[in-house]
Amino acid sequence: MLSLDELRSKLAADAAEIIGRYPQSRSALIPLLHLVQSEEGYVSGEGIAFCAEQLGLTEATVTAVVSFYTMYKRRPVGEYHVGVCTNSLCGVMGGDAIFADLQEHLGVGNDATTPDGKVSLEHLECNAACDYAPVVMVNWEFFDNMTPRSARDLVDGLRTGAEVAPTRGAPRLCTWRQASRILAGFPDGQAAEGHTAGDPSLAGLRKAKEQGWTPDTPASTNGAHE
Amino acid sequence: MSTILTPALTAHWDEPDSFTLAGYRRDGGYRALQKALAMSPDEVISNVKESVLRGRGGAGFPTGVKWGFIPKGDSKPHYLVVNADESEPGACKDIPTMLNNPQVLIEGTVIASYAIQAHTAFIYVRGEVLQVIRRLQHAVAEAREAGFVGPDILGSGFDLDIVVHAGAGAYICGEETALLDSLEGKRGQPRLKPPFPATAGVYGSPTNVNNVESIASVPWIIENGASDFASLGTEKSKGFGIFSLSGHVTTPGQYEAPLGTTLRELLGLAGGIRAGHRLKFWTPGGSSTPLFTDEHLDVPLDYESVAAAGSMLGTRSIQLFDETVCVVRVVLRWAEFYQHESCGKCTPCREGSYWVVQLLRELEKGGGSEEDLDKLLDICSNITGRAFCALGDSIEPSVKSSIKFFRDEYLEHQRHGGCPFDPAASTLFTLESAR
Repeated sequence: MLSLDELRSKLAADAAEIIGRYPQSRSALIPLLHLVQSEEGYVSGEGIAFCAEQLGLTEATVTAVVSFYTMYKRRPVGEYHVGVCTNSLCGVMGGDAIFADLQEHLGVGNDATTPDGKVSLEHLECNAACDYAPVVMVNWEFFDNMTPRSARDLVDGLRTGAEVAPTRGAPRLCTWRQASRILAGFPDGQAAEGHTAGDPSLAGLRKAKEQGWTPDTPASTNGAHE
Repeated sequence: MSTILTPALTAHWDEPDSFTLAGYRRDGGYRALQKALAMSPDEVISNVKESVLRGRGGAGFPTGVKWGFIPKGDSKPHYLVVNADESEPGACKDIPTMLNNPQVLIEGTVIASYAIQAHTAFIYVRGEVLQVIRRLQHAVAEAREAGFVGPDILGSGFDLDIVVHAGAGAYICGEETALLDSLEGKRGQPRLKPPFPATAGVYGSPTNVNNVESIASVPWIIENGASDFASLGTEKSKGFGIFSLSGHVTTPGQYEAPLGTTLRELLGLAGGIRAGHRLKFWTPGGSSTPLFTDEHLDVPLDYESVAAAGSMLGTRSIQLFDETVCVVRVVLRWAEFYQHESCGKCTPCREGSYWVVQLLRELEKGGGSEEDLDKLLDICSNITGRAFCALGDSIEPSVKSSIKFFRDEYLEHQRHGGCPFDPAASTLFTLESAR
């Protein structure tokens, strides 16, 4: 754990940049907490004190904000945060089976970390990729159309240090801390990489192209070709 | 066959560089901005009013009218906030839009900001989508470099800064006033309205909060004309929108079509329900909208027709469930979601959601009694309309409609002493081969 002094020396310049983005400084709190998480891996009491000091808030005020948002962790988590969507649609289509299987395979329950510190497991709410169900997220990158086997291979790969690439996203998977830094507004240069339009994203477009349909066609063809 | 699909926002997603400024400009990007900057701000608002674009985040309020609520000639700074917090179960249209064409959102943001004379715009994007956030950061940087964002845009004298703001995991922040509190660095709890954001939004200043798809539709409207947009769709639900098909459908995905298209038409293009199965129930607009069944295949998916048939168009998030799925399990999981995401500010939602979940859990396990169904409905009716914001109102629709259509399925759990369905039958894989 870093001391408040160490956090100051490591993060003060970045914090000033974040605060400078906003018309009023308190808006910087959400990204500042991501920044703290990028250094500590979670948000400690010192991290809260650092944010409070930067923004002229009380530690109680900052703590109240931290506890509201699920992406902030109050104790250390693994290098890779594995989230399995178990909301209704993903759950029914296989997410429940995947989550049960991963708990057994990793020997950890919900919101727990493997002893090697590599993988934290958590069930997630809808991550806006229902057309790719069942979905697993690793450090907030998409792993689409998963099965219990592919999910198990995924976490095994994360634990052994194998190359693991998301289905849609940057091919070099970030660590949890690196991902938090991007969330704080400091890009890592991977924006242009990776494939992002999978088959479901293109399903309607492909059909429309087959038929020669565009937004300009309905007025002329509606009825005329029926 | 007449035209069913009208790809506009999705038109170039198949190009490998569709997310770059170069790719976007090759496809005509930023021509609309030049056109808009040659108009007065009021003319831009008039154009959007004439298009009858209605908010694509679910509520369906006319976007141009909302912009018109921003005061003119006042001394306070104005703000535009793009609601990119897409988190409603079933909703999955804004995330691929921002991944595959973030520039259309940036162009729309500049035009909208010009229209309401905002010099700072925020894109509040949910935090759990790393590559989307990278793409937005990259898009703003590229647009700034090219002079589409920043001081004196295209020599017009109009200045705009765009801030990409990543959230931290809270569904409630999709509610516009909770989003504003969150953007101010607070717990994301909704505010009492009035005052509405148009008069007292972020930092107490006039603010428009618009959904990603609403803002992304603006460049097309400016470029092609309001009347072209309004020529699509139905009498009161104009234009095109993205319909997101997920679940037990052969080809799930994004289908951009005029409002008023039916599920039967969309399913025809998506290969129907998965082979060997039939449609049991579906949501027209995400988990907060009343369920439809196979009786509703021909309901035109526009605001008025869906409402007349007893549901809501919402975000056109069509989740399809076949006959292998237990409706009690699905509704329970949604109720658990709303319970978890309830911010706790108001009693009906905070307490009511807990009671709903407890009763549903008992019923799903085969416990409870038939009277519990009435108790559920009673509790739900005491949440709806009495909660502080729309999140509370989102709990009842699936509970009430599932009891209406599948009352006996609830009772079958009691007769069976548990869920009569085999969960393995609903998965996309056979469990043995997938293990």
